[in-house]
Amino acid sequence: MNMNRRFFITLTGAAAVAWESVLAGAPEASPNYKVADHWWAMLIDVDKCIGCGNCVRACAAENNVPEGFFRTWVERYQVDDQHMEEPIVDSPNGGRDGFPARPGTLPASVKEFFVPKLCNHCADSPCTQVCPVGATFTTPDGVVLVDEKYCLGCRYCIQACPYGCRFIHPEKNVAQKCTLCYHRITKGLTTACCEACPTSSRMLADLKNPNDPIHEFMKKHSVQVLKPQMATGAKAFYANLDGAVR
Amino acid sequence: MHNFIYPNEIDLQWSILIVLYPFLTGLVAGAFILASLERVFRVEAVKPTYRLALLTALSFLLVAPLPLQLHLGHPERSLEMYLTPHRSSAMAMFGFVYLWYLMVVLVLEIWLDYRRDIVLLSRSSTGFLRVIYKIMTLGSDNISERALHIDERVGWVITIIGIPSAFLLHGYVGFIFGSIKANPWWSSPLMPVVFIFSAMVSGIAAVMLLYMALTKLRGFAVSVECVDAIATYLFYIFIVDFSLEMLDLIHRIYEADESFRSLDFMVHTSLWIPHVIVQILLGTLTPILLLGVTQVVKLAVPVRKRIYAIAGCLTLVGIFAMRWNVVIGGQLFSKSLLGYTTYKLQLGSREGLGTAIVLTLMPLGILYVLAKLLPPWQQHETT
Repeated sequence: MNMNRRFFITLTGAAAVAWESVLAGAPEASPNYKVADHWWAMLIDVDKCIGCGNCVRACAAENNVPEGFFRTWVERYQVDDQHMEEPIVDSPNGGRDGFPARPGTLPASVKEFFVPKLCNHCADSPCTQVCPVGATFTTPDGVVLVDEKYCLGCRYCIQACPYGCRFIHPEKNVAQKCTLCYHRITKGLTTACCEACPTSSRMLADLKNPNDPIHEFMKKHSVQVLKPQMATGAKAFYANLDGAVR
Repeated sequence: MHNFIYPNEIDLQWSILIVLYPFLTGLVAGAFILASLERVFRVEAVKPTYRLALLTALSFLLVAPLPLQLHLGHPERSLEMYLTPHRSSAMAMFGFVYLWYLMVVLVLEIWLDYRRDIVLLSRSSTGFLRVIYKIMTLGSDNISERALHIDERVGWVITIIGIPSAFLLHGYVGFIFGSIKANPWWSSPLMPVVFIFSAMVSGIAAVMLLYMALTKLRGFAVSVECVDAIATYLFYIFIVDFSLEMLDLIHRIYEADESFRSLDFMVHTSLWIPHVIVQILLGTLTPILLLGVTQVVKLAVPVRKRIYAIAGCLTLVGIFAMRWNVVIGGQLFSKSLLGYTTYKLQLGSREGLGTAIVLTLMPLGILYVLAKLLPPWQQHETT
């Protein structure tokens, strides 16, 4: 590449300006997005999940999730009809690499299925309630986020989350969790996990959009949330959820 | 790791430093309650420990925020909790509860109680100490009878405010845990009440031990009436504390909700030694039994003193174990209620055993300095 002095000075000047904006952490603009018009949720059809781990890998790649921590993960359940309250559950590496087959054949009394998990983006989220400085907050369009520049790293939110969705980033020392790919959905895209799901087991849903297929889906299916007794206003809705799932 | 835990649950979030925090604030609240026995309820027998209890409370209170500060991922942002507190957060109130107790209750009460001594010391001492005492008078050197009477009245009012404040200080710590509905080991409205009573038990035991040890070290005789009175209070408050803890336990066992099987397994395995052996048998039933014997049987003074010393030490071990079992125990099981994890206590890390030991000993160093500056001893002690 032929680089003269003028070109070099122009280039370094532009780079300096760009670097300043990177350091400032200015969010990318989404001029056509109106927060008041949306109320985001996630719809998960348990029957459709095949435990491939695509969603976990896509999430990790999209959001730079540190090794050993999970913004989303998949659990494999084996439930014996004689022992409904003691399911056998595993989630090797969060299901990121799929699930190795268990040795032998399943007894006739045992059913096996996969359950994708992520932050429930609760409307009355306990994590938001307990944050001592308000670093965890709910956006007007219903997404629970963490302000990394404000988080103390006290971990109270991790204790308060009933679903185990939060972790401390090992290098940043702040709480992290699923953001529902807020940087994508505010630009009209879907989440990385939904995009990567080969069976459409996960579907991003906008409860404020009257044309969103979620309304038709909820009408026709039996839909539940995890741990309803926690009364958190969870917005990860599960279709065909087995009672043994925790 | 045992059975299934959510993948983000492998590491425990709150370490031994968070065990230390309720332990230290408990000692503060308990020591203050003991001091208020003399001030408000006029229990003359415990008078020799009045000032020592106040200085002990202050020494431990000064160290109490340090374990929290050291635990934060971003300690440099901790001031945000004071500047922009999130009003719905129990933890956000920490700064205000702490400052209220430190500045409005404890420091003010100690200053009023010592004001006459400080003024006299500022006149009699020389050099650097004189400057220190001069500053400590805050420019108020009127020690006329009328001024001292006002000090006495104001001090009494502050103690009256201080008693509910001490309850608030430690009940609030219990609330931080008790209000977490996601954690069945913590979530209980009894938690703040149990914390208050266990605080009184630990604080009273600590002051009793300190009084006995320091008096002996200084070559004076321990007042038998004083330690007898303290031991009686300790015995009765311990019974209330133990009854509350048992009520919580029996309630859990009888109700046997969805978490029971998981918690029961934990108590019978990883928490068996710290909970059943150390906390209940060694740290609660044994001291209650020992103190009970001194209440029923007329024992010789040296025997009684020895029993008080042993019971006091065991009480502190038991209350520390209680804090451990609440904080660490509450994180050993998965919120899936299907599995368990373990806590690996490190030695030299920021949140390790070494730091915890230093932070536990630090209040004793502060107490040494405070006792040198503001001697808490009575003038008519016998050798």
